Amino acid sequence: MKQFEYVIQDELGVHARPAGLLVRKAKEFESETVITKGDKSANAKKLIALMGLAIKQGDRITVKISGEDEDKAAAEMEQYLLEIL
Amino acid sequence: MKIHSGKSVNPMIAIGQVFVLEEKDAAAKKIKTESPEKELERLESAKMQAAQQLDVLYKKTAEDVGDEEAQIFEIHAMMLEDDDYNDTITEIITKEKVNAEYAVAVACEQFRDMLIATGDSYMQSREADIRDISDRLINCLTGRNLSDIVLPENSVICAPDLTPTQTMELDKSKICGFVTAYGSENSHAAILARTMNVPSLIGVGEEFLCDIENGNTVIVDGFSGRLIISPDEEETKKARQLIEEKEKETVRLRELIGKEDVTKSGKKISVFANIGTPQDLPKVLENDASGIGLFRSEFLYLGKDSFPTEEEQFLAYKQVFETMGNKKVIVRTLDIGADKKADYFNLDTEENPALGMRAIRLCLTRPEIFVTQLRAIYRASVYGNAAIMFPMITSLFEIKNALQYCDEAKRQLKEEGTPYNENVECGIMVETPAAAIISDVLAPEVDFFSIGTNDLTQYTLACDRQNPKLDEFSVSGHEAVLRLIETTIKNAHSHGKWAGICGELAGDLNIVERFVKMGVDELSVSPSRVLKLRQKIRQIQ
Repeated sequence: MKQFEYVIQDELGVHARPAGLLVRKAKEFESETVITKGDKSANAKKLIALMGLAIKQGDRITVKISGEDEDKAAAEMEQYLLEIL
Repeated sequence: MKIHSGKSVNPMIAIGQVFVLEEKDAAAKKIKTESPEKELERLESAKMQAAQQLDVLYKKTAEDVGDEEAQIFEIHAMMLEDDDYNDTITEIITKEKVNAEYAVAVACEQFRDMLIATGDSYMQSREADIRDISDRLINCLTGRNLSDIVLPENSVICAPDLTPTQTMELDKSKICGFVTAYGSENSHAAILARTMNVPSLIGVGEEFLCDIENGNTVIVDGFSGRLIISPDEEETKKARQLIEEKEKETVRLRELIGKEDVTKSGKKISVFANIGTPQDLPKVLENDASGIGLFRSEFLYLGKDSFPTEEEQFLAYKQVFETMGNKKVIVRTLDIGADKKADYFNLDTEENPALGMRAIRLCLTRPEIFVTQLRAIYRASVYGNAAIMFPMITSLFEIKNALQYCDEAKRQLKEEGTPYNENVECGIMVETPAAAIISDVLAPEVDFFSIGTNDLTQYTLACDRQNPKLDEFSVSGHEAVLRLIETTIKNAHSHGKWAGICGELAGDLNIVERFVKMGVDELSVSPSRVLKLRQKIRQIQ
């Protein structure tokens, strides 16, 4: 399993649109991606659940990725987060 | 006759028939079924149909309204594919052996509750999207369709609020107005009303829905903000007159397109338009303005989380210069201050923002911001007829310093070999009493003056523009302001420079004649007032 942390920079947080983009990205990989904020977690392939975390600017999230392509997925997800959030 | 009031988003008036758009009864009836497999199949084909509809809506909205408005339908398409949402629906169908409509309705409630429970106002408002996609699915399942609704001619759409789907799917050729109980100026109904140029009232309050029925005759008065239900003869007559006058006026004004801005005695006074973003260009062209007298550049900075890049600014200016061709476009450099601010500027909170660190003061204090903007304007200047003006000038040294930064921007471009126009006119906004009083001292340094009457009035009369309670004291066209304007124009002319007026007063048809007598060279008003002003000028001796 791969794991990293990320602090949301985007002023608007994980709004509907970036959430949609994240889901699309997560679905590119076999691996399962779980995003945790505080004591709540959501599967990054599930849009409504991800939106339910209500992630804001400044929130620290933990991203856990496990599966066959986890190395590639972790690297790309981290890069993608940097780009869009 | 009954009257309700709301906030008008478009100064228009219409007489039409009420058409109430009910919120759909999403709680579809529960029906037991022997073959859940069949319901799952129905669900699959409904989902495909819904996805197709969303795709069509996305493209149509992107074309009719804009990409940003269209994005919502892309999100809806993704929600429709959401695994949790779909699993929940499928589970309800298979476990409870019920019809798909009911399962969708139950899942809808469940997910709405989840978003509401986040306690986050943005996510809470997304519950409307869950409702929208669920309604769409149920409609596809039952074969009902919003676009199947046949609107009578001249429909006034009345609803608690409108979802994006509702606003886009209705047959717009039949709609002559909108009235909603809630909604804001940026709600879908308001945006659509402005694009369609029909009257619209928002925030009328729920009670109005109890007083109307389909087919009632109503007047939507966007001038007074009134919804008049079953109007009496007098109100109807007044409204008809207004509508007729508006139509006649439009025809009369359209005839002025292509005509020159000259008085009867042949004096030329250019009628320019004020714009806030490149999106205002269609209105400028439609109303045949002779140039752009005030291109506010704040749109590039506001609503962002970091400074706009030089490239981003360049593209915006280029678009406006190119569109206007030979016609002059005067860009006002950044006028941001403590009342109009963006967080990333990190401005201090001020007791008295109107008298604070704003406009040219900010630019001269933070030259890196200023030079980036000037470089972008100069780079774009080769694409049209550009001019630059500096806001909030009070002293000679400010002009000298600002012009030095212009030289710096040009020097950098020259070194890089980037083309720019060497002869861009540089002028100032005269919007402080100080600048007007010493306009004889300032005139030799600039190419033109543009008098900003809104701030000039605020500073001359010591009346805060933001305080509506001062309306009585903030006298529009006060003699003191008019005298400052006269002084400014006279001093410009005695140094061979031209002087224009932008701001509300420029479009005041009762004062225009006096401005013409003072010798004003240019008047710049909002695009919708250009032709009225041209008409007035052509009537003056």
